[in-house]
Amino acid sequence: MLKAGSMHTNVPGSYISERVNNIPPSGIRKFFDLLSSMEGVISLGVGEPDFVTPWHIQEAAIYSLGKGYTMYTSNQGLPQFRQEVAGYLESHCGLSYNPESEVLITVGVSEGLDLALRAILNQGDEVIMPDPCYVAYPACVSLAGGIPVLVPTTEENEFKVLANDIEQRITQRTRAILIGYPANPTGAVMAKEELAQIANLAQRHDLLVISDEVYDQLVYGVEHTCVASLPGMKERTILLNGFSKAYAMTGWRVGYAAARQEVIEAMTKIHQYTMLCAPIMGQMAAIEALKAGNSDVKAMLSEYGRRRRVIVKGLRDIGLSCFEPRGAFYAFPSIKSTGLTSEQFAEKLLIEEKVAVVPGTAFGQCGEGYVRCCYAASLPEIEEALKKMGRFVKKHRKL
Amino acid sequence: MKQIFEALEQDARLTPEQISTMTGIPTAEVEKTIKKAEKDRVILKYKTIIDWDKLGEEEVWAFVEIKVVPQRDVGFDAISERIYRFPQARSVYLASGAYDLAILVAGKTMQEIAVFVSEKLAPLNTVQGTVTHFILKKYKEDGEIFGGGEGTKRLPVTP
Repeated sequence: MLKAGSMHTNVPGSYISERVNNIPPSGIRKFFDLLSSMEGVISLGVGEPDFVTPWHIQEAAIYSLGKGYTMYTSNQGLPQFRQEVAGYLESHCGLSYNPESEVLITVGVSEGLDLALRAILNQGDEVIMPDPCYVAYPACVSLAGGIPVLVPTTEENEFKVLANDIEQRITQRTRAILIGYPANPTGAVMAKEELAQIANLAQRHDLLVISDEVYDQLVYGVEHTCVASLPGMKERTILLNGFSKAYAMTGWRVGYAAARQEVIEAMTKIHQYTMLCAPIMGQMAAIEALKAGNSDVKAMLSEYGRRRRVIVKGLRDIGLSCFEPRGAFYAFPSIKSTGLTSEQFAEKLLIEEKVAVVPGTAFGQCGEGYVRCCYAASLPEIEEALKKMGRFVKKHRKL
Repeated sequence: MKQIFEALEQDARLTPEQISTMTGIPTAEVEKTIKKAEKDRVILKYKTIIDWDKLGEEEVWAFVEIKVVPQRDVGFDAISERIYRFPQARSVYLASGAYDLAILVAGKTMQEIAVFVSEKLAPLNTVQGTVTHFILKKYKEDGEIFGGGEGTKRLPVTP
């Protein structure tokens, strides 16, 4: 059958599925195109560490390559790696997962998220998530045939998602609650009691919780609570984690999912047909990270901690209100005092001062009035960026 | 308190105000801690790592192993002191293994170092022998890598 438009001109019509067409392009992408044409930009727009992977981890991967470890691994991932992951979950969260049946090695949390959603969603099922949230959450739900249901969060509540607000949005079609704390883009961290209320909700309404805990080790002066460690939640949680953020291993693309056997089996089914396995060198590197990377994480954490204080104070000093982010490596200041929209602010700041931040709206409608500033940048860069932002804010302040 | 020293060790030019922002410790307390540390010689000195090669300055470094006879009552301390008082000896360490003292020596020329070793170090009466290794190239010093910075390989905007 001929496609519309192709009959006379031989130009093919659109072959893109509705499902993909209906997904808006990432707000970050658009910004990236503008940015890549400019030079000398100080970027607070990244979502990754400025450190390179600690050398002993790189070296472990190089060594394994030298030894000829260049093959497929089992679909679920190297047994030794799954063992290490189970060990980490035991020591950090007090959780005991069977590495043979309850752990799946994925290509970063990104793949884990996609697998989890595809494994559990039927067409039209709803997944509740906070707004703003990481760009992939709503898109991956839609791609899996589900419907993202956004729960607004506010600066007043430090961008935590409240159990009450979630409960109001639960319907017959609700399948899961998807959260990621410590949060990208806001830096918010949920306290144990707050998570317990969500856990309670999940149990009362028989829902799953998909918890993206990739920033679990990057918390400042507060404790991270693993959702699965709450009473009754191990069976109801799909725990996603990876190595990109804490171990500065973004490019290695390696992460994992931990959940009950039934879920891991379903996820593995999709994984084996679409990805086969995570790259072996990434897995080798991650084993070393788990075995001996603790002190690197501590050192990077303490450096982020210093920068966090500098950027939060600096943003407040130039007149932007900024709640104190307790996790990840982002500050999420309000730019409402300028009267500009988030997009205008980010675009003008880039053009006028050559400082890149990401408009809050890239992460959802509730990000309007905010921008995401990543402080995984050197202190001199942060200080320079703050100086330039100060000049910019002064110039654009609403009268 | 440790945070103050960790920050200073990375960048000695940080002001007490900056350190206070970074650590959350009040400025006055930061000042007091630093003053006391300077007085107690917890902070020995503030210095800069310079790539003299890049400036075209000739400078020769050597690593000298020294075997000595320890002395009654003072062990290695007396001989170490004799040695570390020479300004040419930039660092002096007591080490385990095949030799006793390891020292780093700097000079303008190889000749200058050779003279220092043969005329000052070797004749000391408890020194049994020395082995001098001239440094051919500095790759890393005090945690800093010499040569051009590698620059960022990150994309400017990522999710």
